[in-house]
Amino acid sequence: MSFVLNGISVRHASVVRNNSLALIDINLSIKQGEQIALIGPSGAGKTTLLHALACAHQPEPGGKFSVFGLQPWAMQPAARHALRGRLFLAPQTPPLPPRQRVVTAVLAGCLPQWGFWHAIISLIKPREPEVAYAALARFNLQDKLYARVDRLSGGERQRCGMARLLVSQADALLVDEPLSALDPTLALQTLAVVQLEAASRNATLVCSLHQVELALSHFPRIVGLSDGRIVFDAPRNEVTETMLAALYRNTPPTQHPESIDPEDTCWSGPSPC
Amino acid sequence: MQHRRSAVPPRIKPATLLFLLGLLTLICASFYSLAIQWSELFTADAVRSSIEFLRGFTAPELAWPFLVKVARGTLETLSMSALGTGIASICGIALALPASGRFGPAARLAMRLALNILRSIPELIWALILLIAAGLGPFAGTLALAVHTTGVLGRLFADALENMSPAPEVTLRINGAKPMAAFFYAALPQILPQLMSYTLYRWENNIRAAAILGIVGAGGLGQMLKYHLSLFQMQQAASVIIAMLALITLVDGTSFWLRRRLTSQ
Amino acid sequence: MSIVVNTAVSRHPDPAWRGRITASLIALIVLWPLLIASEFKPWILLDAQSLGATWHFLAGFFPPAHSKDFLVLLMQDTWQTIAIATAGLTLALLSAIPLTLLATESLSISRLESGRMRLASAVVRQVVRWLLVLLRSVPELVWALLLVRILGLGPTAGVLAIALTYSGMLGKVYAEILESSEAHATQSLLKNGSGRLAALFYGVLPASASELVSYTTFRWECAIRGSVVMGFVGAGGIGQRMDESMKMLAGHEVSTMLIIFVLLVACTDLVSTFLRKRLG
Repeated sequence: MSFVLNGISVRHASVVRNNSLALIDINLSIKQGEQIALIGPSGAGKTTLLHALACAHQPEPGGKFSVFGLQPWAMQPAARHALRGRLFLAPQTPPLPPRQRVVTAVLAGCLPQWGFWHAIISLIKPREPEVAYAALARFNLQDKLYARVDRLSGGERQRCGMARLLVSQADALLVDEPLSALDPTLALQTLAVVQLEAASRNATLVCSLHQVELALSHFPRIVGLSDGRIVFDAPRNEVTETMLAALYRNTPPTQHPESIDPEDTCWSGPSPC
Repeated sequence: MQHRRSAVPPRIKPATLLFLLGLLTLICASFYSLAIQWSELFTADAVRSSIEFLRGFTAPELAWPFLVKVARGTLETLSMSALGTGIASICGIALALPASGRFGPAARLAMRLALNILRSIPELIWALILLIAAGLGPFAGTLALAVHTTGVLGRLFADALENMSPAPEVTLRINGAKPMAAFFYAALPQILPQLMSYTLYRWENNIRAAAILGIVGAGGLGQMLKYHLSLFQMQQAASVIIAMLALITLVDGTSFWLRRRLTSQ
Repeated sequence: MSIVVNTAVSRHPDPAWRGRITASLIALIVLWPLLIASEFKPWILLDAQSLGATWHFLAGFFPPAHSKDFLVLLMQDTWQTIAIATAGLTLALLSAIPLTLLATESLSISRLESGRMRLASAVVRQVVRWLLVLLRSVPELVWALLLVRILGLGPTAGVLAIALTYSGMLGKVYAEILESSEAHATQSLLKNGSGRLAALFYGVLPASASELVSYTTFRWECAIRGSVVMGFVGAGGIGQRMDESMKMLAGHEVSTMLIIFVLLVACTDLVSTFLRKRLG
């Protein structure tokens, strides 16, 4: 079992929301190697759920949360941090420092496995550029290996974030809206690469998406989230139009790739440890 | 017909008036308590020394052996300022880590207090204290500049760290990178241009400080100036002052050029 | 064929590597003479004699000297430092104003008529500007040293040194502030025949008052720090007292004075911030 959540509630991280609950009474079980799409309107709590799965936010007491059979929030901080190395969270905005080169930004995905001095030397002269090259090549970005991140377009930056996912050696991939800046063709290609990678590693993939059609056509299991609660959790052939309409009740069913809802991000506040 | 322009001065509030009165009192009290002998400015001695000094400027000492000494002093002063600033930037970033709250609010407060003390005490006083440990000569000056500038830069760097976007670093830590590695891969690249700009700007201040630290024994042009002035060798003193001004201008220009190159990239 | 593919994929030389190596080499080549010239020998700090002297000195810091007579003396010296700074800054203000008037183009009357200044006044303006540059480029401690030589020990040298340096700084900044502010009010006053001084007070000053006050207050704070430092070359105040105590290696006196100094800086910082908020 990759993830087991029983009665999990999580508060909003940002002060804006008055510390109200972002997730309420979540029950979810995910087997190793499963691929799940997370859908729901903006502000539903998809990002918070991904962060909770990544052990970035501690849930409220009174629920059960286990990752790979371990209880992360009952562990020592060092052990919990080692556990985080097996999880990979890809946020919606690619977290790449603007003036850094793509090769370093992508290789940062290997940091959990590298020792400190290996990491520092790689900053000065990248130790494994082939690894980064191969990852970028799968997104057709191999020419940008030594380019600066701020010279890339939005879509290219997003795919670099995905390339970082490829070089990491995580057993669970938690991806937040990876296709928002991509046109439909690129979106399909990128999604295919990510899913192929997850399948080849037998890694669990939890992917939040705005494009409901993509979710339904590519993922075997769909979880619908609204107002912090799981509205449905079903295999894709059991998801009906009525269920989708109820989920997106107050919002139009097709969302444009738009700017991030600022209340959906969890960047304010101190470190997650 | 001519209109009389009624020039109305700005209205003065009573509080401001009170304050201005207080200021005036302070100024008068200052002059009174200092009991400056204005007539002393014009005694024969003073006038003679001033004229000698001005004359020294019109004919500064240019003999080759002396110019070599001035060059050596210039290099000493330049080294003091460059090394001191460089060391301070490294120590500054190290101390900025706790001062930006990464080790908790208690450490942040303590470190900021320490940095404040470091930068409140002027470089000259640091030099005097460090002369005891480091002996006479430019090493004490380098250390004094390093210590004082660490206070200044540490505070600026800490503010930069607190104001930058945390997302890249936090993401790396969420994904299991060690905090130090995440700092070098995500935080430092973001603030590095700002850090270098602050450091270069501080170098401009430090070259002036380095020039005068020698007056208390820390070598360089300052020590030469004190020496020649104490012997009333005005021409040599004038040469040293000219060298100081040239050095300050050189460093100002270099710093400005480097900072322009940084921001244009 | 797989061999060809492998070599194509695994050879990705870093284009920035050569530049980094070159930059590092240059840095090392420049660093070496710097280290030699500044006699950089950190191991000196650890040798027995230096450690002993330092320890002895630092041990004297506790407890700080707190006898009543000494504290009264220090209060007088602190007042003298503040007085030197205030008097010096006042003189600087008084001399900066005429210099500013000469240097500011927006107060140029001759420019009104033809759009360009008369040659003579342009020259005067340039000379005054260079004078201001000279006054503020020479470090104030150098002025203090010179003036102590000429006038002897005591606060007079300090006051004049501050007056000279700061008139340069204030003059430059005043000129810049005045030139960047609204020209219209000044221009119309000048056109209507007012003298330069009146134009300054009623045209320019109201608009730029807060900036000017803010900068002057900031400089007052700097002047206090400067006058402490000048005490070390004999210009009076708490600096001179600290110099004497250091020469005698009287650690307890030095520590009291350091504490008072840090408090003085903190207080003037507070006062200056308060003033800038109130008057700004």
